[in-house]
Amino acid sequence: MEVMENLFDLFVRNVFTENMVFAYFLGMCSYLAVSKTVKTSVGLGIAVIFVITVTVPVNWLMENYLLKAGALKWLGSSFESVDLSFLSFLLFIAVIAAIVQLIEMVVEKAAPALYNALGIFLPLIAVNCAVLGAALFMQEREYGTIAEATVYGFGAGFGWALAIVILAAIREKLKYSNVPAPLRGLGLAFILTGLLAIAFMGFSGIKI
Amino acid sequence: MILMYMKNLKLLINPLNNENPITVQVLGICSALAVTVQMKPAIVMALSVMVVTAFSNLIISLGRNTIPPRIRIIIQLVVVAFLVIVVDQILKAFVYDVSKKLSVFVGLIITNCILMGRLEAFAMGNKPWESFLDGIGNGAGYGLILIALSTLRELLGSGSLLGHKVIPEGFYQLGYKDNGLMILPPMALITIGVIIWIQRSYNRKLIEE
Repeated sequence: MEVMENLFDLFVRNVFTENMVFAYFLGMCSYLAVSKTVKTSVGLGIAVIFVITVTVPVNWLMENYLLKAGALKWLGSSFESVDLSFLSFLLFIAVIAAIVQLIEMVVEKAAPALYNALGIFLPLIAVNCAVLGAALFMQEREYGTIAEATVYGFGAGFGWALAIVILAAIREKLKYSNVPAPLRGLGLAFILTGLLAIAFMGFSGIKI
Repeated sequence: MILMYMKNLKLLINPLNNENPITVQVLGICSALAVTVQMKPAIVMALSVMVVTAFSNLIISLGRNTIPPRIRIIIQLVVVAFLVIVVDQILKAFVYDVSKKLSVFVGLIITNCILMGRLEAFAMGNKPWESFLDGIGNGAGYGLILIALSTLRELLGSGSLLGHKVIPEGFYQLGYKDNGLMILPPMALITIGVIIWIQRSYNRKLIEE
Protein backbone atom coordinates (compact mmCIF):
# COMPACT_ATOMS: atom_id res chain seq x y z
CA MET A 1 0.00 0.00 0.00
CA GLU A 2 2.76 2.37 0.98
CA VAL A 3 4.53 1.61 -2.27
CA MET A 4 1.46 2.71 -4.22
CA GLU A 5 1.29 5.91 -2.21
CA ASN A 6 4.93 6.68 -2.91
CA LEU A 7 4.44 6.08 -6.60
CA PHE A 8 1.38 8.32 -6.68
CA ASP A 9 3.31 11.03 -4.87
CA LEU A 10 6.13 10.69 -7.40
CA PHE A 11 3.65 11.04 -10.25
CA VAL A 12 1.92 14.13 -8.86
CA ARG A 13 5.23 15.78 -8.02
CA ASN A 14 6.52 15.31 -11.54
CA VAL A 15 3.36 16.57 -13.18
CA PHE A 16 2.98 19.72 -11.10
CA THR A 17 5.90 20.86 -8.95
CA GLU A 18 8.73 19.48 -11.02
CA ASN A 19 7.09 20.03 -14.36
CA MET A 20 9.48 19.41 -17.26
CA VAL A 21 8.62 22.68 -18.98
CA PHE A 22 7.96 25.08 -16.14
CA ALA A 23 10.68 24.01 -13.73
CA TYR A 24 13.42 22.66 -16.00
CA PHE A 25 12.68 24.21 -19.43
CA LEU A 26 13.01 20.88 -21.17
CA GLY A 27 11.50 20.29 -24.58
CA MET A 28 11.05 24.01 -25.11
CA CYS A 29 11.81 24.00 -28.83
CA SER A 30 8.90 21.84 -29.88
CA TYR A 31 6.85 23.27 -27.02
CA LEU A 32 7.02 26.73 -28.59
CA ALA A 33 6.97 25.64 -32.22
CA VAL A 34 4.00 23.26 -32.12
CA SER A 35 1.73 25.04 -29.64
CA LYS A 36 -0.21 27.08 -32.20
CA THR A 37 -3.34 24.93 -32.15
CA VAL A 38 -4.76 22.63 -29.48
CA LYS A 39 -5.30 19.74 -31.91
CA THR A 40 -1.68 19.33 -32.96
CA SER A 41 -0.39 19.91 -29.46
CA VAL A 42 -2.58 17.10 -28.10
CA GLY A 43 -1.09 14.81 -30.77
CA LEU A 44 2.46 15.73 -29.88
CA GLY A 45 1.68 15.52 -26.16
CA ILE A 46 0.41 11.95 -26.46
CA ALA A 47 3.42 10.96 -28.54
CA VAL A 48 5.79 12.39 -25.92
CA ILE A 49 4.02 10.65 -23.02
CA PHE A 50 4.25 7.38 -24.93
CA VAL A 51 7.94 7.73 -25.79
CA ILE A 52 9.09 8.89 -22.34
CA THR A 53 7.13 6.12 -20.59
CA VAL A 54 8.90 3.53 -22.74
CA THR A 55 12.41 5.01 -22.88
CA VAL A 56 12.92 5.85 -19.19
CA PRO A 57 12.54 2.24 -17.92
CA VAL A 58 14.68 0.91 -20.79
CA ASN A 59 17.38 3.43 -19.96
CA TRP A 60 16.98 2.51 -16.29
CA LEU A 61 17.86 -1.07 -17.21
CA MET A 62 20.86 0.18 -19.20
CA GLU A 63 22.01 2.31 -16.29
CA ASN A 64 21.67 -0.41 -13.67
CA TYR A 65 22.90 -3.45 -15.59
CA LEU A 66 25.47 -1.88 -17.90
CA LEU A 67 26.71 1.60 -17.07
CA LYS A 68 26.83 2.27 -13.34
CA ALA A 69 29.95 1.51 -11.33
CA GLY A 70 29.66 -2.15 -10.41
CA ALA A 71 26.65 -2.66 -12.68
CA LEU A 72 28.39 -5.37 -14.65
CA LYS A 73 28.57 -7.66 -11.61
CA TRP A 74 26.26 -10.17 -13.29
CA LEU A 75 29.07 -10.99 -15.75
CA GLY A 76 31.26 -12.30 -12.94
CA SER A 77 33.24 -10.86 -10.07
CA SER A 78 36.11 -9.66 -12.26
CA PHE A 79 33.81 -7.03 -13.82
CA GLU A 80 32.84 -5.52 -10.48
CA SER A 81 35.12 -2.52 -10.74
CA VAL A 82 34.08 -1.53 -14.27
CA ASP A 83 32.47 1.92 -14.50
CA LEU A 84 31.09 2.81 -17.92
CA SER A 85 29.05 5.82 -16.84
CA PHE A 86 30.98 8.17 -19.12
CA LEU A 87 29.26 6.40 -22.01
CA SER A 88 25.77 7.18 -20.74
CA PHE A 89 25.02 10.10 -23.11
CA LEU A 90 25.87 8.00 -26.12
CA LEU A 91 23.95 4.95 -24.99
CA PHE A 92 20.88 6.87 -23.80
CA ILE A 93 20.52 8.81 -27.03
CA ALA A 94 21.07 5.68 -29.09
CA VAL A 95 18.38 3.84 -27.10
CA ILE A 96 16.00 6.77 -27.55
CA ALA A 97 16.61 7.07 -31.28
CA ALA A 98 16.23 3.32 -31.74
CA ILE A 99 13.02 3.12 -29.70
CA VAL A 100 11.50 6.09 -31.52
CA GLN A 101 12.30 4.41 -34.83
CA LEU A 102 10.84 1.13 -33.55
CA ILE A 103 7.67 2.77 -32.23
CA GLU A 104 7.27 4.54 -35.56
CA MET A 105 7.43 1.25 -37.46
CA VAL A 106 5.08 -0.58 -35.07
CA VAL A 107 2.54 2.25 -35.06
CA GLU A 108 2.67 2.49 -38.83
CA LYS A 109 1.83 -1.22 -39.19
CA ALA A 110 -0.58 -1.66 -36.29
CA ALA A 111 -2.47 1.64 -36.19
CA PRO A 112 -2.24 3.57 -39.45
CA ALA A 113 -4.84 6.11 -38.26
CA LEU A 114 -2.76 7.01 -35.22
CA TYR A 115 0.33 7.09 -37.40
CA ASN A 116 -1.24 9.62 -39.71
CA ALA A 117 -2.41 11.69 -36.76
CA LEU A 118 1.05 11.78 -35.19
CA GLY A 119 2.65 12.38 -38.57
CA ILE A 120 5.99 14.15 -38.40
CA PHE A 121 5.90 14.40 -34.61
CA LEU A 122 7.18 10.88 -33.95
CA PRO A 123 10.63 11.26 -35.55
CA LEU A 124 10.93 14.77 -34.08
CA ILE A 125 10.67 13.34 -30.59
CA ALA A 126 14.10 11.71 -30.84
CA VAL A 127 15.60 15.17 -30.51
CA ASN A 128 13.12 16.48 -27.96
CA CYS A 129 15.27 17.40 -24.98
CA ALA A 130 12.50 16.35 -22.57
CA VAL A 131 13.07 12.71 -23.52
CA LEU A 132 16.83 12.71 -23.01
CA GLY A 133 16.37 15.03 -20.01
CA ALA A 134 14.07 12.51 -18.35
CA ALA A 135 16.67 9.77 -18.85
CA LEU A 136 19.44 11.96 -17.40
CA PHE A 137 17.33 13.00 -14.40
CA MET A 138 16.48 9.34 -13.83
CA GLN A 139 20.23 8.68 -13.70
CA GLU A 140 20.97 11.66 -11.44
CA ARG A 141 18.19 10.87 -8.94
CA GLU A 142 19.03 7.16 -8.78
CA TYR A 143 15.53 5.68 -8.71
CA GLY A 144 15.58 2.36 -6.88
CA THR A 145 13.14 0.21 -8.84
CA ILE A 146 11.98 -0.07 -12.41
CA ALA A 147 8.42 0.72 -11.26
CA GLU A 148 9.59 4.07 -9.90
CA ALA A 149 11.41 4.80 -13.13
CA THR A 150 8.33 3.98 -15.19
CA VAL A 151 6.05 6.12 -13.05
CA TYR A 152 8.60 8.94 -13.19
CA GLY A 153 8.67 8.69 -16.98
CA PHE A 154 4.90 8.72 -17.25
CA GLY A 155 4.61 11.66 -14.86
CA ALA A 156 7.26 13.68 -16.65
CA GLY A 157 5.64 13.04 -20.04
CA PHE A 158 2.17 13.83 -18.72
CA GLY A 159 3.41 17.11 -17.23
CA TRP A 160 4.96 18.08 -20.54
CA ALA A 161 1.76 17.26 -22.46
CA LEU A 162 -0.31 19.23 -19.96
CA ALA A 163 1.96 22.26 -20.39
CA ILE A 164 1.82 22.28 -24.19
CA VAL A 165 -1.98 21.87 -24.27
CA ILE A 166 -2.47 24.76 -21.81
CA LEU A 167 -0.21 27.05 -23.84
CA ALA A 168 -1.90 26.10 -27.11
CA ALA A 169 -5.33 26.83 -25.66
CA ILE A 170 -4.22 30.27 -24.48
CA ARG A 171 -2.56 31.06 -27.80
CA GLU A 172 -5.71 30.11 -29.70
CA LYS A 173 -7.69 32.63 -27.65
CA LEU A 174 -4.99 35.28 -27.99
CA LYS A 175 -5.47 35.38 -31.75
CA TYR A 176 -8.38 37.71 -31.13
CA SER A 177 -6.50 40.26 -29.06
CA ASN A 178 -4.56 43.26 -30.24
CA VAL A 179 -0.96 42.62 -29.18
CA PRO A 180 1.91 45.10 -29.84
CA ALA A 181 3.43 44.04 -33.16
CA PRO A 182 7.01 43.24 -32.02
CA LEU A 183 5.66 41.04 -29.23
CA ARG A 184 3.39 38.98 -31.48
CA GLY A 185 4.08 35.25 -31.69
CA LEU A 186 7.30 34.14 -30.04
CA GLY A 187 7.80 37.00 -27.58
CA LEU A 188 4.34 36.63 -26.16
CA ALA A 189 4.65 32.84 -25.98
CA PHE A 190 7.73 33.26 -23.77
CA ILE A 191 6.04 35.72 -21.45
CA LEU A 192 2.95 33.50 -21.21
CA THR A 193 5.11 30.50 -20.32
CA GLY A 194 6.79 32.61 -17.64
CA LEU A 195 3.44 33.53 -16.12
CA LEU A 196 2.27 29.91 -16.28
CA ALA A 197 5.49 28.86 -14.57
CA ILE A 198 4.83 31.34 -11.75
CA ALA A 199 1.34 29.84 -11.40
CA PHE A 200 2.80 26.32 -11.29
CA MET A 201 5.24 27.40 -8.56
CA GLY A 202 2.18 27.67 -6.36
CA PHE A 203 2.07 23.87 -6.32
CA SER A 204 5.48 23.58 -4.69
CA GLY A 205 5.51 22.23 -1.20
CA ILE A 206 2.35 20.21 -1.76
CA LYS A 207 2.80 16.66 -0.55
CA ILE A 208 0.29 13.88 -0.82
CA MET B 1 37.71 36.72 -53.85
CA ILE B 2 36.13 39.64 -52.05
CA LEU B 3 32.72 38.17 -52.83
CA MET B 4 33.76 34.91 -51.17
CA TYR B 5 35.01 36.81 -48.18
CA MET B 6 31.76 38.75 -47.86
CA LYS B 7 29.75 35.55 -48.05
CA ASN B 8 31.77 33.93 -45.30
CA LEU B 9 31.52 37.02 -43.14
CA LYS B 10 27.76 36.89 -43.54
CA LEU B 11 27.73 33.32 -42.25
CA LEU B 12 29.35 34.60 -39.07
CA ILE B 13 27.36 37.82 -38.63
CA ASN B 14 23.83 36.80 -39.64
CA PRO B 15 23.18 34.47 -36.70
CA LEU B 16 23.99 37.28 -34.27
CA ASN B 17 20.90 39.27 -35.16
CA ASN B 18 18.79 38.55 -38.24
CA GLU B 19 18.93 34.78 -37.88
CA ASN B 20 19.64 34.48 -34.19
CA PRO B 21 19.20 30.83 -33.20
CA ILE B 22 17.31 31.64 -30.01
CA THR B 23 15.16 34.66 -30.76
CA VAL B 24 14.44 34.02 -34.45
CA GLN B 25 14.94 30.36 -35.27
CA VAL B 26 13.60 29.22 -31.85
CA LEU B 27 16.39 26.68 -31.43
CA GLY B 28 18.20 25.65 -28.28
CA ILE B 29 15.98 27.35 -25.77
CA CYS B 30 15.92 24.73 -23.03
CA SER B 31 19.50 25.18 -21.97
CA ALA B 32 19.52 28.93 -22.63
CA LEU B 33 17.06 29.44 -19.83
CA ALA B 34 18.31 27.00 -17.27
CA VAL B 35 21.98 27.96 -17.13
CA THR B 36 21.63 31.75 -17.01
CA VAL B 37 21.20 32.38 -13.28
CA GLN B 38 24.86 33.43 -13.11
CA MET B 39 27.29 34.61 -15.76
CA LYS B 40 30.04 32.06 -15.26
CA PRO B 41 28.08 28.91 -16.09
CA ALA B 42 26.40 30.79 -18.95
CA ILE B 43 29.76 31.68 -20.51
CA VAL B 44 31.08 28.15 -20.11
CA MET B 45 27.89 26.76 -21.64
CA ALA B 46 28.06 29.21 -24.56
CA LEU B 47 31.65 28.22 -25.32
CA SER B 48 30.85 24.50 -25.09
CA VAL B 49 27.92 24.86 -27.48
CA MET B 50 30.02 26.91 -29.90
CA VAL B 51 32.75 24.25 -29.97
CA VAL B 52 30.26 21.41 -30.44
CA THR B 53 28.26 23.17 -33.20
CA ALA B 54 31.39 24.17 -35.10
CA PHE B 55 33.02 20.75 -35.04
CA SER B 56 29.87 18.69 -35.57
CA ASN B 57 29.03 20.91 -38.55
CA LEU B 58 32.56 20.33 -39.87
CA ILE B 59 32.47 16.55 -39.40
CA ILE B 60 28.99 16.06 -40.87
CA SER B 61 29.83 18.35 -43.77
CA LEU B 62 32.96 16.32 -44.55
CA GLY B 63 30.87 13.17 -44.71
CA ARG B 64 27.77 14.69 -46.28
CA ASN B 65 28.16 12.81 -49.57
CA THR B 66 28.73 9.41 -47.97
CA ILE B 67 26.09 9.45 -45.21
CA PRO B 68 23.03 7.46 -46.35
CA PRO B 69 20.01 9.75 -45.93
CA ARG B 70 17.89 7.11 -44.21
CA ILE B 71 20.10 6.74 -41.17
CA ARG B 72 21.50 10.27 -41.12
CA ILE B 73 19.80 11.25 -37.85
CA ILE B 74 21.45 8.42 -35.92
CA ILE B 75 24.83 9.29 -37.44
CA GLN B 76 24.40 12.96 -36.59
CA LEU B 77 23.42 12.07 -33.03
CA VAL B 78 26.44 9.82 -32.61
CA VAL B 79 28.86 12.49 -33.89
CA VAL B 80 27.30 15.08 -31.60
CA ALA B 81 27.21 12.74 -28.62
CA PHE B 82 30.89 11.95 -29.14
CA LEU B 83 31.82 15.65 -29.15
CA VAL B 84 29.66 16.32 -26.11
CA ILE B 85 31.35 13.51 -24.17
CA VAL B 86 34.73 15.09 -24.97
CA VAL B 87 33.52 18.54 -23.84
CA ASP B 88 31.94 17.07 -20.70
CA GLN B 89 35.14 15.28 -19.70
CA ILE B 90 37.18 18.46 -20.30
CA LEU B 91 34.79 20.52 -18.16
CA LYS B 92 34.92 17.93 -15.38
CA ALA B 93 38.70 17.98 -15.47
CA PHE B 94 39.30 21.75 -15.52
CA VAL B 95 36.25 23.58 -14.14
CA TYR B 96 34.64 20.99 -11.90
CA ASP B 97 32.46 23.42 -9.90
CA VAL B 98 30.91 24.90 -13.05
CA SER B 99 30.33 21.46 -14.53
CA LYS B 100 28.46 20.48 -11.33
CA LYS B 101 26.25 23.58 -11.71
CA LEU B 102 25.47 22.80 -15.33
CA SER B 103 24.43 19.25 -14.25
CA VAL B 104 22.40 17.55 -16.96
CA PHE B 105 22.53 20.50 -19.31
CA VAL B 106 25.93 19.61 -20.75
CA GLY B 107 24.47 16.24 -21.73
CA LEU B 108 21.48 18.00 -23.16
CA ILE B 109 23.68 19.80 -25.70
CA ILE B 110 23.20 16.56 -27.66
CA THR B 111 19.54 17.27 -28.14
CA ASN B 112 20.05 21.03 -28.34
CA CYS B 113 17.99 21.83 -31.38
CA ILE B 114 20.62 24.30 -32.63
CA LEU B 115 22.82 21.34 -33.44
CA MET B 116 20.30 19.18 -35.25
CA GLY B 117 18.82 22.26 -36.87
CA ARG B 118 22.13 23.49 -38.30
CA LEU B 119 23.28 20.00 -39.25
CA GLU B 120 20.09 19.33 -41.17
CA ALA B 121 19.67 22.79 -42.64
CA PHE B 122 23.26 23.72 -43.40
CA ALA B 123 25.99 21.12 -42.96
CA MET B 124 24.24 18.44 -45.04
CA GLY B 125 24.33 20.71 -48.08
CA ASN B 126 27.41 22.92 -47.76
CA LYS B 127 31.19 22.71 -47.88
CA PRO B 128 33.21 22.01 -44.70
CA TRP B 129 34.75 25.49 -44.23
CA GLU B 130 31.41 27.29 -44.67
CA SER B 131 29.74 24.82 -42.31
CA PHE B 132 32.44 25.39 -39.72
CA LEU B 133 31.87 29.16 -39.93
CA ASP B 134 28.12 28.67 -39.74
CA GLY B 135 28.63 26.61 -36.58
CA ILE B 136 30.81 29.31 -35.01
CA GLY B 137 28.30 32.00 -35.99
CA ASN B 138 25.31 30.17 -34.57
CA GLY B 139 27.21 29.28 -31.42
CA ALA B 140 28.08 32.96 -31.03
CA GLY B 141 24.49 34.07 -31.61
CA TYR B 142 23.41 31.62 -28.92
CA GLY B 143 26.18 32.84 -26.62
CA LEU B 144 25.21 36.48 -27.14
CA ILE B 145 21.69 35.89 -25.84
CA LEU B 146 22.99 33.69 -23.01
CA ILE B 147 25.38 36.39 -21.86
CA ALA B 148 22.80 39.19 -22.13
CA LEU B 149 20.29 37.11 -20.19
CA SER B 150 22.71 36.02 -17.48
CA THR B 151 24.07 39.56 -17.02
CA LEU B 152 20.57 40.89 -16.40
CA ARG B 153 19.61 38.02 -14.12
CA GLU B 154 22.79 38.06 -12.03
CA LEU B 155 22.86 41.87 -11.73
CA LEU B 156 19.22 42.25 -10.72
CA GLY B 157 18.89 38.94 -8.91
CA SER B 158 21.98 38.86 -6.74
CA GLY B 159 23.57 42.26 -7.29
CA SER B 160 26.80 40.82 -8.65
CA LEU B 161 28.58 40.18 -11.95
CA LEU B 162 30.73 37.08 -12.44
CA GLY B 163 30.45 36.52 -8.70
CA HIS B 164 31.75 39.97 -7.67
CA LYS B 165 29.41 42.35 -5.86
CA VAL B 166 28.87 45.42 -8.05
CA ILE B 167 25.98 47.13 -6.33
CA PRO B 168 27.50 49.28 -3.55
CA GLU B 169 26.65 48.58 0.07
CA GLY B 170 25.17 52.08 0.40
CA PHE B 171 22.33 51.18 -1.93
CA TYR B 172 21.21 48.38 0.36
CA GLN B 173 21.25 50.72 3.34
CA LEU B 174 19.02 53.11 1.40
CA GLY B 175 16.52 50.29 1.05
CA TYR B 176 17.49 48.70 -2.29
CA LYS B 177 16.77 44.98 -2.39
CA ASP B 178 17.90 42.25 -4.76
CA ASN B 179 15.00 40.95 -6.78
CA GLY B 180 14.81 37.31 -5.73
CA LEU B 181 12.34 36.58 -8.51
CA MET B 182 15.04 37.10 -11.15
CA ILE B 183 16.85 33.98 -9.94
CA LEU B 184 13.77 31.79 -10.29
CA PRO B 185 13.01 29.98 -13.56
CA PRO B 186 9.89 31.96 -14.61
CA MET B 187 11.74 35.26 -14.87
CA ALA B 188 14.19 33.74 -17.35
CA LEU B 189 11.25 33.19 -19.69
CA ILE B 190 9.82 36.64 -19.18
CA THR B 191 13.23 38.31 -19.61
CA ILE B 192 13.82 36.50 -22.89
CA GLY B 193 10.34 37.54 -24.00
CA VAL B 194 11.30 41.15 -23.32
CA ILE B 195 14.62 40.72 -25.16
CA ILE B 196 12.70 39.45 -28.20
CA TRP B 197 10.33 42.42 -27.89
CA ILE B 198 13.24 44.89 -27.87
CA GLN B 199 15.04 43.16 -30.75
CA ARG B 200 11.93 43.13 -32.90
CA SER B 201 11.06 46.74 -32.28
CA TYR B 202 14.47 47.68 -33.75
CA ASN B 203 14.46 45.01 -36.44
CA ARG B 204 10.93 45.27 -37.77
CA LYS B 205 11.24 42.69 -40.54
CA LEU B 206 11.30 39.95 -37.91
CA ILE B 207 7.77 40.75 -36.73
CA GLU B 208 5.36 37.82 -37.04
CA GLU B 209 1.90 38.16 -38.52
